[in-house]
Amino acid sequence: MYVMVIGGGDLGYYLARELLANGHEVLVIEKDAKKCERMEDELGSVSLCGDGCEVAVLTKAGIARADVFIAVTDEDDDNLAACQIAKQKFGVPKVIAKINNPKDERIFAKLGIEHTVDGVALVLEHIKAQISTFPLIHLLSLKDRGLEIVLVRIAEGSPAAGKSVKSLSLPSGSVVSAMIREGQECQVPALDTIVEAGDQLVCLIPSGSERAVQAALVSSTREQSG
Amino acid sequence: MGCGRVGAELARLLDAEGHRVTILDIEASSFDKLPPDFKGRALLESATDEEGLRKANISEADAFVAVTRDDEKNAMAAQIVKEIFGVPRVICRIYDPLREEFYESLGLEAISPTVVFARLLKEKLEG
Repeated sequence: MYVMVIGGGDLGYYLARELLANGHEVLVIEKDAKKCERMEDELGSVSLCGDGCEVAVLTKAGIARADVFIAVTDEDDDNLAACQIAKQKFGVPKVIAKINNPKDERIFAKLGIEHTVDGVALVLEHIKAQISTFPLIHLLSLKDRGLEIVLVRIAEGSPAAGKSVKSLSLPSGSVVSAMIREGQECQVPALDTIVEAGDQLVCLIPSGSERAVQAALVSSTREQSG
Repeated sequence: MGCGRVGAELARLLDAEGHRVTILDIEASSFDKLPPDFKGRALLESATDEEGLRKANISEADAFVAVTRDDEKNAMAAQIVKEIFGVPRVICRIYDPLREEFYESLGLEAISPTVVFARLLKEKLEG
């Protein structure tokens, strides 16, 4: 596959490295000559110094035959411009944008760029996962299916503790797909399995139903427990 | 959006004609270019941000113009204002002629000062 990457910062660099290791043809377009030099030194001839939002630069770089186009600069307006040109002018089959401001995800979708990765939200979720006081953690969004995979920690006093899986008041379309209990192997819970405090549940939930899931599994009152 | 030379001058002209003008910029010092008798609002907000636009009461606007020095910001703001807030008249400045064409094809009203000025110069030379 020919993959075009806009932005040769850390993310662009490591992305290019992974893609190359997987045997893909890669070109990174980066404005900063120094960053291009670093890439040339370490990855070989894979970069083009220029503005990835410019039609002329993209044309020169052979965007017409690109299979995948990924914009990972630190500026959302640049990522949007580059992706719109790739998708709407050149018809690149797969276009992905990194989003720096979580609020922009909705805007990108509205303006025709559906495949986005929210860098800040991802890092935030990973940090939350390391801090045990956050009861609900997003593991993955399956955007094209309208689903999210979340991990929920069942605390003492949770409305779910002591209830069977089938009697949890989860939003419709949700599935409790795995249960992790201290000292036991991970299991797929049966409908009559009783949830206990200390359990961790991996659930598939419809996108946007996080609040209902919180209410069903976490607590209605926000506890600030250690 | 954008209180540079063009933005400030446009705001002054419209304000003098009695229009209600709100001008946005992300640098406070940019507003120094506005005349002392400017009656409009100067807002320290970004127009590529829905929140900033809401503070500017964008949904009441009849027209929106994006003239920062950054083509991508202008295009993004113009699209948000047009597609999300439904402002009837939206114009953005796009220096790069090829991109101007592209945004026109997306239905945006874009003006490339590069093209306009080159054409003007050519006319002067020929005239």
